[in-house]
Amino acid sequence: MSARINRRLLAADPRGRAMVAGASAAALIGGLLLIAQTVLAARMIASAFAGDGAAALAGPALAVALVVAARGLLAWTSETGGRLAAQRLMSALRLQLAGRRLAAPVPLDNAESGAVATAAVAGADELEAYFARYLPQLLLAVVVPPAVLLVAALTDLESAFVLLLTLPLVPIFMVLIGRLAEARARARWQELTTLSGHFLDVLAGLTTLRAFNRGEAQAERIAEVDERYRGATMATLRVAFLSGAVLDLAAVLGTALVAVTLGVRLDDGGVGLEPALVVLMLTPELYAPLRGLGAQFHASADGLAAAERMLAQIDATPTPARRGTATPEIARFGVSLEAVSFAYPARPRAVIRGLSLEIAPGETVAVTGPSGSGKSTLAALLLGFVQPAEGAVRCGALDLSRCDGDLWRTQIAWLPQRPSLFAGSVADAIRLGDPLASRREVAAAARASGADVFIRLLPQGYDTPVGEGGRQLSRGEVRRVALARALIRQAPLLILDEPTADLDAVAAAVVTAAVERAGKDRAVLVITHRPEPAAIADRVLRVESGRIAALPGVVPA
Amino acid sequence: MSTARQMLRLQAPSPSRTALAAALGALAVVLGACLLGTAGYLISRAAEQPPILSLTVAIVAVRAFGIARPIARYCERLVSHDLALRGLSRLRVAVYRRLEPLAPGGLGGDRQGDLMSRMVADVDAQQNLVLRGLLPPAVALAAGATIVIGMAFILPVAALALAIGLVLAGSLGPAAAWTATRVSGRRRAAARGALSADLVELLRGSPELVAFGAGEAALERLRGRDAALRRIDRRDAAAAGAGETMAVVVAGATALAVLLLAASAARAGAIDRVEIAALVLLAVAAFEATQPLAPALRTIPATLGAGRRIAALVERRPVVRDPARPQPAPAVPALAMEHVRFRHGPDGPWLLDGVDIELPPGRRVALVGASGAGKTTIAHLLVRFLDPVAGRVTLGGVDLRELAQADVRRVVTLAEQDAHLFSTSILENVRLARPDADERAIESALRRAQLWPWVSSLPEGWHTLVGEDGAQLSGGQRQRVSLARALLADAPVLVLDEPTAHLDGDAAAAFVGDALRVAGDRSVLLITHRPEGIELVDEVLTLEGGRLRRGAPPAYSA
Repeated sequence: MSARINRRLLAADPRGRAMVAGASAAALIGGLLLIAQTVLAARMIASAFAGDGAAALAGPALAVALVVAARGLLAWTSETGGRLAAQRLMSALRLQLAGRRLAAPVPLDNAESGAVATAAVAGADELEAYFARYLPQLLLAVVVPPAVLLVAALTDLESAFVLLLTLPLVPIFMVLIGRLAEARARARWQELTTLSGHFLDVLAGLTTLRAFNRGEAQAERIAEVDERYRGATMATLRVAFLSGAVLDLAAVLGTALVAVTLGVRLDDGGVGLEPALVVLMLTPELYAPLRGLGAQFHASADGLAAAERMLAQIDATPTPARRGTATPEIARFGVSLEAVSFAYPARPRAVIRGLSLEIAPGETVAVTGPSGSGKSTLAALLLGFVQPAEGAVRCGALDLSRCDGDLWRTQIAWLPQRPSLFAGSVADAIRLGDPLASRREVAAAARASGADVFIRLLPQGYDTPVGEGGRQLSRGEVRRVALARALIRQAPLLILDEPTADLDAVAAAVVTAAVERAGKDRAVLVITHRPEPAAIADRVLRVESGRIAALPGVVPA
Repeated sequence: MSTARQMLRLQAPSPSRTALAAALGALAVVLGACLLGTAGYLISRAAEQPPILSLTVAIVAVRAFGIARPIARYCERLVSHDLALRGLSRLRVAVYRRLEPLAPGGLGGDRQGDLMSRMVADVDAQQNLVLRGLLPPAVALAAGATIVIGMAFILPVAALALAIGLVLAGSLGPAAAWTATRVSGRRRAAARGALSADLVELLRGSPELVAFGAGEAALERLRGRDAALRRIDRRDAAAAGAGETMAVVVAGATALAVLLLAASAARAGAIDRVEIAALVLLAVAAFEATQPLAPALRTIPATLGAGRRIAALVERRPVVRDPARPQPAPAVPALAMEHVRFRHGPDGPWLLDGVDIELPPGRRVALVGASGAGKTTIAHLLVRFLDPVAGRVTLGGVDLRELAQADVRRVVTLAEQDAHLFSTSILENVRLARPDADERAIESALRRAQLWPWVSSLPEGWHTLVGEDGAQLSGGQRQRVSLARALLADAPVLVLDEPTAHLDGDAAAAFVGDALRVAGDRSVLLITHRPEGIELVDEVLTLEGGRLRRGAPPAYSA
């Protein structure tokens, strides 16, 4: 699993991949230099033990100093390179995700987009730990122990055998780290989110709790849930930490075993002090990379989880089909759905089932129906956000699937069911519909949609910042600004999804009048469950379970 | 620093557990150093080929240290994590207790959801304070001091060299990490915030951006934000690398210095030559004490930033408070507003400007008005989520400010607009209103809310989970669960705030009809901006420009 994510991550940015390789190579050379440093130091101790003077030690001391300096440099390269690589790769993923989302737009709700954004931005930290620490450590764990064994064998074959005896434990360690810790860590994460979820749920419902005098009691409930969670977490941690403890035990016992065996053999005169010291001081380095790997494991799990989340989001976005360059002329031909069926991938049932609908140029069509009947999906189909599984969306003879989506959408203005405003001024928000619109045109559109009345009362009028970080508008206000945004776009087809939702009777009447005026010179599709907008339509269609249900042409009184 | 102290105080880590965790951590480091030092001594001594029995003590010691160390480490990890989890739990409860009286007035309206989800993450982050802020320095100090003192008994000058090395490793590296993250931390946080906001906006609004042909521009802006963040990150990466270099160089240089000092001391006869290896290995192992400091400290600035956000929120003053000596709950549940004026802040426009409402027992009043006219404010004043700026709200003739809030809400039940459904079963969501209610009462509430046929048709009945904030339910079902809850509370006064906001015409009319029918002899204030159901009440009041007018506005007769 992690290998697959790894491959895909590294494929996201070639330079990032090169940097990962560089960082890992630096860590590897550093690890080998540590062996050299240890051997040199052991020889110096032996030589000091033999009573050699300062002159004899000067040469090796200089060598050790040089090795230390080189290791310092390599440590910098490995750490910095790993981090930079992580940043590059995460950035590549972020931009890839954003690009994909724009290529095949499916709206995400607040919670989901917030979570994805957090993974995409803050997840970089965890990925840094993965590339700067875990991957180099993994390489060290593979290369350094054999190198230590080799040096030990060249120094003192018998000790090398002793070390070798402790080594069969290594594959067991690897399994312990890899399987046990991974499963446990994931389980722990799951619990962590459950708990945070509970806390968030309680905080979100504070007002409700207070309305029912349950505010006080809930504090105990939090403590209770926490206590239960702590019990469960500690139970998993007791096992998860065990793998580290077993590694630790094996490492120190290995050292102790080597020390005691060497001590006895030295006493017999079976081995000299210098080789004995070399082997003894190298022994911890045999296990250190493996222990390091265990210590870095959590960081790596978190980093991979963040990356996995991003990749899942990227995968969830369908790749848009290749498109032609023909220009649709909606003003001339109108648009039509021909026996269209459509199902969302995650849901079993088709939302739209063999639905046909024609909107002639200049015609106003209202679509009503219970919620969940597929009304909003009609808008998504007409906008080319989703492709019909069967049937076609056409403008005259031109099939939307043979048409460039952006070009197609220049012909359409749209008011979504849950409109959002982007950070900027109110005027900017309206100008999204027509970037070249003058101030007068912006104000005219706002007057038409009934937004002008409250915009003028805002502290900075049309220059008041809205959207993220700006002034919070009510849902009804956002809807009217978004309607102005749609009206200012002089497109031959206007799609309005619930234009009067969240509006009081007076505002709804203003909006309805605006829709009626707009319908005079363009085709309008109004999706609504309220009677007012439907009353001004040339035709009213009722959609039920993805099909046209009621008789077309009947306008309710 | 005061933030750190405040957050630690709220977590209240038990001193004995903290000391135990630190002691176990230090013990593990010291045992590791002892193992290597003794092993060095053992083989140096053995090289002199003494009688094997004279080595026994060293051999046993090496084995004992070898076994004791992992046990100490394992215990330390368990104790410290347990400590952190306990602290986190206390912090959650403390934060909750302080936020609870703030809702809903003190929590910033529309943004409450965002605020709360950030708060949850911020609280979770505080475990770093104990695990990474408090324990590692304590462990480093205790273990480092113990090893240095131990070494001083053998060769003071080597101990001095080690002390210098440990202090350098324990201060320079972490200090570099600390300043790097803290200095750039603010700009980094700002850059991340900007990137995050843009990304959220793009992910959430991608259909609209694409529909209006603005996708490419949004992507370009995101690229700019991304590049700005990466410029800051690059500097941080270089600083982190410098910290690593420092650690390697200081540890290597110290070991070398100890070796040379020990060698010359042995030549001078100040120490036995068998102690050279012991000293060097002791020095090498001692750096295990300082190793975790830099990575641990790197997380602290962000943790403190989160702590500051928590502090800012929990220090807000509640909008309403219970009186020191509350009056007893009045016998007659007659609710009234008398000349109530209300505004947000001292200079804001008057939202309510002399409002009088009378709701004697059994009376049904509809309050209509445009969105934003202040209808929800009236609802909140009636259950004392807010206090009027002038005038008074009375229950049985007593000013609400002289009553305990709990008594007020026992008499007046508010079914909020967008009432929260908790992520549990339908049963638990309804039972919330009266935890001691028996199943018959709950079933009756569900029946009266017209939910019973639906609930009993579900495979799991009322044990069916409603999902996060009731996501599994339709708008109408949500409203009816909320109504059942209000009915179960069985208060004599019912305030229904916009119960039909998310329902279409037919469903709205049906809902209001049902709600008023099952309300029985309770008095009801129905707040709405829609015409459905207003013909069913005794009196209609229209809120406009902060004042009430009798009768419905003309648009409602349509």
